[in-house]
Amino acid sequence: MVATLTTNERQLAMLVSAFFAFIGIAMAAAGRDDVMGMQGVIVLLFGLGGLIVLARGYYDPEPGQERLSQYYDEPTKAGIVLAMAWAVVGMFFGVWVAALLAWPDLTFDAAWASFGRIRPVHTSGVIFGFGGNALIATSFHVLQRTSRARLPDQFSPWFVLIGYNLFCVLAASGYLMGITQSKEYAEPEWYVDILLVVVWVVYFLIYIRTLQRRKEPHIYVANWYYMAFILVVAILHIVNNLALPISWGQAKSYTVFSGVQDAMVQWWYGHNAVAFFLTAGFLGMLYYYLPKRAGRPIFSYRLSIISFWGITFLYMWAGSHHLHYTALPQWVQTLGMTFSVVLLVPSWASAGNALATLNGAWHKVRDDATLRFMMVAAVFYGLSTFEGSFMAIRAVNSLSHYTDWTVGHVHAGALGWVAMITFGSFYALVPWMWKQDRMYSSKLVEVHFWLALAGTIIYVFAMWNSGIIQGLMWRTYNDSGTLAYSFIESMEAMHPYYIARAAGGLLFLIGAIVGAYNIAMTIRMARSQVSGEETDLPALQPARAAVQPAE
Amino acid sequence: MPTFHRKLERSAIGFVLAIIGVASIGGLVEIAPLFTIHETVEEAPDMRVYTPLELAGRNIYVREGCYACHSQMIRTLRDEVERYGPFSLAVESQYDHPMLWGSKRTGPDLARVGGKYSDAWHVAHLINPRDVVPASVMPRYGWLQRNTLRVDDLGRHLAAQRTLGVPYTAEMIANATSDAYGQANPDSPHAAGVTERYGQATNVRVFDGDPGRPTEMDALVAYLQILGRLTDAAHRQAERTQE
Repeated sequence: MVATLTTNERQLAMLVSAFFAFIGIAMAAAGRDDVMGMQGVIVLLFGLGGLIVLARGYYDPEPGQERLSQYYDEPTKAGIVLAMAWAVVGMFFGVWVAALLAWPDLTFDAAWASFGRIRPVHTSGVIFGFGGNALIATSFHVLQRTSRARLPDQFSPWFVLIGYNLFCVLAASGYLMGITQSKEYAEPEWYVDILLVVVWVVYFLIYIRTLQRRKEPHIYVANWYYMAFILVVAILHIVNNLALPISWGQAKSYTVFSGVQDAMVQWWYGHNAVAFFLTAGFLGMLYYYLPKRAGRPIFSYRLSIISFWGITFLYMWAGSHHLHYTALPQWVQTLGMTFSVVLLVPSWASAGNALATLNGAWHKVRDDATLRFMMVAAVFYGLSTFEGSFMAIRAVNSLSHYTDWTVGHVHAGALGWVAMITFGSFYALVPWMWKQDRMYSSKLVEVHFWLALAGTIIYVFAMWNSGIIQGLMWRTYNDSGTLAYSFIESMEAMHPYYIARAAGGLLFLIGAIVGAYNIAMTIRMARSQVSGEETDLPALQPARAAVQPAE
Repeated sequence: MPTFHRKLERSAIGFVLAIIGVASIGGLVEIAPLFTIHETVEEAPDMRVYTPLELAGRNIYVREGCYACHSQMIRTLRDEVERYGPFSLAVESQYDHPMLWGSKRTGPDLARVGGKYSDAWHVAHLINPRDVVPASVMPRYGWLQRNTLRVDDLGRHLAAQRTLGVPYTAEMIANATSDAYGQANPDSPHAAGVTERYGQATNVRVFDGDPGRPTEMDALVAYLQILGRLTDAAHRQAERTQE
């Protein structure tokens, strides 16, 4: 890591690490009476850790000029490892929160282990930890390959990756301590939000600087999506997190918006976090790794254009479908519903474009679990966008809202689409990055595939059942015209489905662990080869560059 | 279109500007008018602000993530109105920074839970929900009773809220700590100021059953008991529609 930095970059990195250590000390001092103090210690440890790593590698030989004619893949490799680590952590917490609903005393009467505190650890862990690291890692890879340009420097990608993971660690540890602003999927407090803005600006600059130096005249589709992801997430994040801290030494802040305006801003953010974090970014992945792995060009350029601008324009109107029949003015609800239904067009255009790309490669889908991951992801993308448009219709929403149906819908997208496309892309990318011709075990890829698919299906079916039963029980009247069921009766009816959901989630978690093991072993395989080459067969050195199957 | 787009694809900056432009329209059209159209939030002259103790309780509700399982938004549907009470009005959360409408009902809606149960019921329920509702899947919150409430910084909380437009007076801010103490200790000299500043109807009592230092339990129960009772606007609206 340090060896790939130039001396100037090493000095800059030390300066930045020292700055973080200083911020950490300032936070710990100013927040010594508050939970913020502990968060300051974490920032300090990150800064000191950076300084130690840099100091140890400071006198390593500098990278030579020949680096400028190669792609810079070290941050991508680190991002893959971090994403898999977060996947295991985030999904473990997911199984735990799921189990809490069936067996509520699994909190051991500890404040940090109660449902309300560990649920955001699960959601942020998988969305930001797993998903975000996967997006950063793959975007650096795709950006360089499709632009035929190296990243602009060696320091800023590391700043983005490490700064982003500091954001994730502060967020997750904060929830356990009770630091949250209660905005779903935007729970971190003001100082963590500021950190993310800084990281994001650098991320955007890397993107634009690389694109400006590209040797391809056209910007490839995958980059449109990655750019939309970076830009729109920045807009959403900044607006939704506008808040006033009660003091510089305390974590607590108050959102500037209140009541109905806050609800609208929150779900404008919340729905478009789904759109631009969990959809646009991962469509970027799909548009690169699926055609690469299938060995087929994208089916239709025209469909790509329509679906990209359709998604970018229409999604931003759809958030108000989270607020049907509430105190939000009806005209906004109606706009949200209308645009959500129209949104099916570009969504299915994307899913169809992906599946049509596989025409002529279906035998590969049958034989290759990696490509099958991507194919199933495209199918689940199509299914969950259809379900989403359907649930946005006011009459349907009156039944589905507030129930587990919503949870099932989210997981059809998150497990079936987001996680599957990521695993598929990783299984394609890992051998390329570590210069192998295949994964450590293709059998284990197959095992992971079936665990993930079975887990997703069990999960989604359990939540469809529980959600619809719950919704119906709440609105059932008996003959005398009064409500037939008490709330607690509807809750008791959920018990078997909550157990089934935890079981489905557990299968998915086991799959992720198998995947992490397989990736770790592939990396080990590569390491032992490199050391073998250096000691025994130095003459084979040039051949290494040749083992890049799809580049 | 393809010719135009082929040109656009060749300019990174052009593409960036196009994305920002296209993505901004929806939010601008839907959000900006909510601040300017006067009818978005109803009038409720009787609406009062949270007392410092209730606000502290609300912050505990936020801290523990209660909103993940409990909504505070009764929709305009017959079964919801019959189950929970008059549907929620925008004005009822006009001082809520942030709103806690919620998105999921693993447990019941709490928009009108205030006054529905006794303080003792809430305390018992929070210590172990299964003692009072055997089938409940809610976590236990026993430590709320053990934790002393932090009251020394409540003035700062109120001041921040005032900056954001909540009508706290300078007097309320200056007495925030003493009011929080007084609201949970009716026999103390601090109690009189609470009703003076927040109205005669304010609940002033020992919420957690244990007089003396205010606990986090005091604050959370005080908050739960005021839910849906800051204004009568929703009940008045319901009566009007019935007539």
